[in-house]
Amino acid sequence: MNRLVIRGARLLGGDAADLLVEDGVITEAGSVSAPSGAEVLDADGLVALPGLVDLHVHLREPGREDAETIATGSAAAAAGGFTAVFAMANTNPVTDTAEAAERVFDLGRACGLVEVVPVGAVTKGLEGGELAELGLMARSRAKVRVFSDDGHCVHDARIMRRALEYIKPFGGVISQHAQDPRLAGREACCHEGEVSGRLGLPGWPGIAEESVVARDVMLARHTGSRVHVAHVSTAGTVEVIRWAKAQGIDVTAEVTPHHLALTTDLLLGYDPVYKVNPPLRPREDVEALRAGLADGTIDAVATDHAPHARHDKEHAFVDAAFGMLGLETALSVVSDVMVHGGLLDWADVARVMSTTPARIGGLAHQGRGLAVGSPAHITLVDPDREVTVDAAASRSRSRNNPWHGRTLRGAVEATVFAGRLSHDARNGAGNRRELTNATTSGADL
Amino acid sequence: MTKHLISSADLGRAEVEDILETASSMHDLQRREVKKVPTLRGRTVINFFFEDSTRTRSSFEIAGKWMSADTINLSAKGSSTSKGESLRDTAMTVDAMAVDALVIRHNASGACQQVAQWVRCSVINAGDGTHEHPTQALLDAYTLRTRLGDLDGKHVVIVGDLTHSRVFRSNVITLKTLGARVTVVAPPTLMPSGIGAWSQADGFATSWDLDPVLDGESEHGPVDAVMMLRVQRERMSGGFFPTPREYTVGYGLTRDRLDRLVARNDDVLVLHPGPMNRGLEIAPEAADSPQSVVLDQVSAGVAVRMAVLYHLLAGDDTPAPTPAASPVTDGAAR
Amino acid sequence: MTCPDLSASAQSSTDRSSIPDDARDVMTEGDVSRALRRIGHEILERNKGSEGLVLLGIPSRGVPLARRLAAGIEQVEGHPVPVGELDITLHRDDLRRNPVRTAHRSRIPDGGIDDKVVVLVDDVLYSGRTIRAALDALSELGRPRAVRLAVLVDRGHRELPIRADHVGKNLPTSREERVHVRVAEVDGLDVVRISGGEAR
Repeated sequence: MNRLVIRGARLLGGDAADLLVEDGVITEAGSVSAPSGAEVLDADGLVALPGLVDLHVHLREPGREDAETIATGSAAAAAGGFTAVFAMANTNPVTDTAEAAERVFDLGRACGLVEVVPVGAVTKGLEGGELAELGLMARSRAKVRVFSDDGHCVHDARIMRRALEYIKPFGGVISQHAQDPRLAGREACCHEGEVSGRLGLPGWPGIAEESVVARDVMLARHTGSRVHVAHVSTAGTVEVIRWAKAQGIDVTAEVTPHHLALTTDLLLGYDPVYKVNPPLRPREDVEALRAGLADGTIDAVATDHAPHARHDKEHAFVDAAFGMLGLETALSVVSDVMVHGGLLDWADVARVMSTTPARIGGLAHQGRGLAVGSPAHITLVDPDREVTVDAAASRSRSRNNPWHGRTLRGAVEATVFAGRLSHDARNGAGNRRELTNATTSGADL
Repeated sequence: MTKHLISSADLGRAEVEDILETASSMHDLQRREVKKVPTLRGRTVINFFFEDSTRTRSSFEIAGKWMSADTINLSAKGSSTSKGESLRDTAMTVDAMAVDALVIRHNASGACQQVAQWVRCSVINAGDGTHEHPTQALLDAYTLRTRLGDLDGKHVVIVGDLTHSRVFRSNVITLKTLGARVTVVAPPTLMPSGIGAWSQADGFATSWDLDPVLDGESEHGPVDAVMMLRVQRERMSGGFFPTPREYTVGYGLTRDRLDRLVARNDDVLVLHPGPMNRGLEIAPEAADSPQSVVLDQVSAGVAVRMAVLYHLLAGDDTPAPTPAASPVTDGAAR
Repeated sequence: MTCPDLSASAQSSTDRSSIPDDARDVMTEGDVSRALRRIGHEILERNKGSEGLVLLGIPSRGVPLARRLAAGIEQVEGHPVPVGELDITLHRDDLRRNPVRTAHRSRIPDGGIDDKVVVLVDDVLYSGRTIRAALDALSELGRPRAVRLAVLVDRGHRELPIRADHVGKNLPTSREERVHVRVAEVDGLDVVRISGGEAR
């Protein structure tokens, strides 16, 4: 039997307790006397959260293994405290068939550091024209429930309506990349405002997101199906979602760590590391997103982790690839901005980074809290340790890290996936040297 | 002087005035039989054009040649797509040839600023996307000063497609640096986003309505010069305004508008960075009027670019950089 | 960008910055004026009158000196002599060693310099490099019949085979010393001082 004792962690930031994990399940909580042969993890002063769940990552495999693989992406996820990640469909080939979904699912299981859940494309080839094999993906071994053309907006209202109707029977959800292509085309790369005006960069106005979200919540009401708004970036979108929820419409939303912390003025040096879609917004939007996350209008934090090879970023700003890394820094950003900013407590972080995203994505065995009987997916956080981000130290294969050089308060110390340590910051990922067995540990105590 | 000229904001008033003073001595050179001076002998200037521009390129080329620099033209059109070589690799490759200056024209805003961070040589912005075109602003200032004298308090009106204009962006900076008052006029669809906060911060005026401005009824009063911007063909079908005819009526420098300007101030100047769409943003009568200094602008282009090359390159005695250290050259050097 | 001081280079023999306290006068106002008067006479004598003469001052202090010489000659001859200024900045061979100087316009008198006797006027003759640059600049402007050189002070230490035709004062110096020329039009007073080096 595989046994692990986590000693003295503050569960969800509350009282300290021990956790006994046996064969991947939490079997005891409170004051645990370590059974012989059990490994003991000293978690004194750390906060224990249910394993984090990320509804939105790009792992680039298959197709761009030079930028990221499921293995490197899984390692980055584990280092960031995640025990489940939803891998977006914009790979090559696109995840628009059951076979493609199962391949991603299997590769993730083979790595075994984190649960890799494939997201299915809404339309074939992400082209917005015809529905992908939504039902076959749902019935596959990968049990796809989240569908998204992310990177592209499902902008045709008729396709969006049909997709919402079609996925209703098997409890699917459409994660919409809200971007009206007529209001913000492929070139749009800077929040439309004074900065884009001065820099002469094609503007990406908030209305291009808000108008699509407004339409989609009405489609959700009309179809009675579920819409999830990916990477909400504007105050206007927060307002629309708040209104929709007040109407009882089944809509959920996520915000990225970068939209919670970084602002448009970072683009003034034309550094493509800050090029992301949707773009970084001004301070007013950032404040509204924080408030929306704090009051529950925005349900979840998702990273939109988007690794890119150096040569895809080192172009002129308008030509460079969109996206930034996020998996390893997400918890630290949320801790720094939201917890130390006084907007969320650790129980809230468990809600927005684990419980709710697991529910939205249909993962029954993730985000279950730390109660006895739950699967042992656990993230241990030092709420006060300051980390200075070093892009070179990333587990990701890419280095497009906008957080490089920034100091953030709060850090993931260890991640337990299915009862086993998938990350231990004090010893490096997967290294268990610090773990002592119960007899030695017991003697020390 | 700064090592690079990326933005008009890189130059303070004293620097602009030094360059314009030097440009006037260069301008004399242009009128001489022997136009060449040895000043930049041994220096290599690469005109690196990612976008076609015969005028600007030949103007820089002549400027370099008259200063005795070795000038080489490289066209890199099409290599900027994400499929091809990265901008960084392209720039580093050229830099490795131990050149002294890269004159860059690029269709992407910010490209020159990015390149300047990667290379060791000087970078001169010869127009980057819809961002800036600092040497154009300098030659416009030179032209204005030749006719108007000191620009302190002079009122310059810039009219046209401001959103897509690098000429506007650089000019508003340089004109403000020299103490001029500036009003920019465009239909709302061609006003850059955020112009309200921007104009307030930088101290220039904006208007959607051309006639009151030309009639001296705007906050900056009587007009000393009008700069008409080119309307690109592709904007005409882009939904920015209904028809060329309607644009001309609203924002063109028509014969009637010129007559009214001249009636108020005979010495008013008409500028256009070229190439002109006669009959669209500027009537032939205005383009060819005694008030028009369009050809003076072209003529000033070479002198101003000589002055810029001179100020950036003449004083630096750092030895030409060796190509990016490969292990082989490193070893040989030791 | 450094705001170029026209005479601040290490090569230059004059200096606009304040003169050190230990400086000694070597030419007073009266000495300067007498020297210029004598040079004016020498020029006329050598040229057998003012026919075809053009005086070109080298900025900055050569320019007022050339104007004064021209005025003196006019007094003697009764008619004006063409006078102008020759900016040599673009022809200097020390550009890479020094901060960039702003280039100024050369002002050549209306009659030009072709087939004229051009007298270059400068304040101090030292290495000769300035005059070399002036000769280059001149050759691009036309073809004078003859070029002569008048300087207020010749302090020696030539690095090129160049010699002045008319000298206000020969001033033996060491390389460590600095010669400071001040002229009224630029500095408000006429004086030549020397500083630095070992006291003599």
